[in-house]
Amino acid sequence: MDFLVTNGLALLFYLFAFLAVGAAVLVITLRNPMYSAISLLVTFLSVAALFVLRNAEFVAMVQIFVYGGGIMVLFLFVIMLVNLHRLREIQILGEQWPLAAVIAILFIALIAFVVFTTSFGPVNPIPERLVDVEGEALGNVQAVAWSLYREYLLPFEIASLFLLVAMIGAVVLARKE
Amino acid sequence: MDIGTAHYLVLSAILFAIGMLGIVTRRNMIVVLMSIELVLNSVNLNLIAFSYQFSDLTGQIMAVFTIAVAAGEAAVGLGILVALFRLRSTTELDRAMELKG
Repeated sequence: MDFLVTNGLALLFYLFAFLAVGAAVLVITLRNPMYSAISLLVTFLSVAALFVLRNAEFVAMVQIFVYGGGIMVLFLFVIMLVNLHRLREIQILGEQWPLAAVIAILFIALIAFVVFTTSFGPVNPIPERLVDVEGEALGNVQAVAWSLYREYLLPFEIASLFLLVAMIGAVVLARKE
Repeated sequence: MDIGTAHYLVLSAILFAIGMLGIVTRRNMIVVLMSIELVLNSVNLNLIAFSYQFSDLTGQIMAVFTIAVAAGEAAVGLGILVALFRLRSTTELDRAMELKG
């Protein structure tokens, strides 16, 4: 029991990390795109849990709503619209996938080597900066909103314009001639 | 046992590599779009990890913007997919050869 109490956060990290990586591997190896989409949902939810473990509750909720809700429904609809049963994939991967897998493993090894030989210093040296705005202690959502609507108001508006353009583009692309 | 920024960066690299592998090897365009979402998710993990490391909210704000871009990208990508399917009756990328790619 003591082990669980003292290492609870680390165990949660490893649980969700393995879930995310395992489901991500399933996404690119499963033959049926519907199963890939469900695995992708598992990855999204695990990553959202990892966000919560790093005190990013607002981003975690946005992740669940936008990815788990919006994007996943979009994918499932298109799969049902497009992927008829007669479209059997004979060969799901290209010819050079062993070479690509070796390069990917080398990339992971390189990043792991660099990251574990780097010293990042103490984590969270000033915890009050995450929640404190003008002398008033705020939660994560309030702090993010404060920052988003003051310092990043222009990028926020540009993002809304971008979403409008993307919506119009999608409608134009999918329209019947 | 302490989970530091390094763990998050390695996890992010693993997810990035898996997503990249899916982009370059899979032949079904739907799965390629899913792999792009995996790559964008790994970027978000990086941003959140550094936001926690430096107690700076900018990383979380950027993660929100990344999610917005991912939503737009998914909508446009799936629109292209539907248009391709209407033209070719397939979702295999190797069959879309108009640009000689």
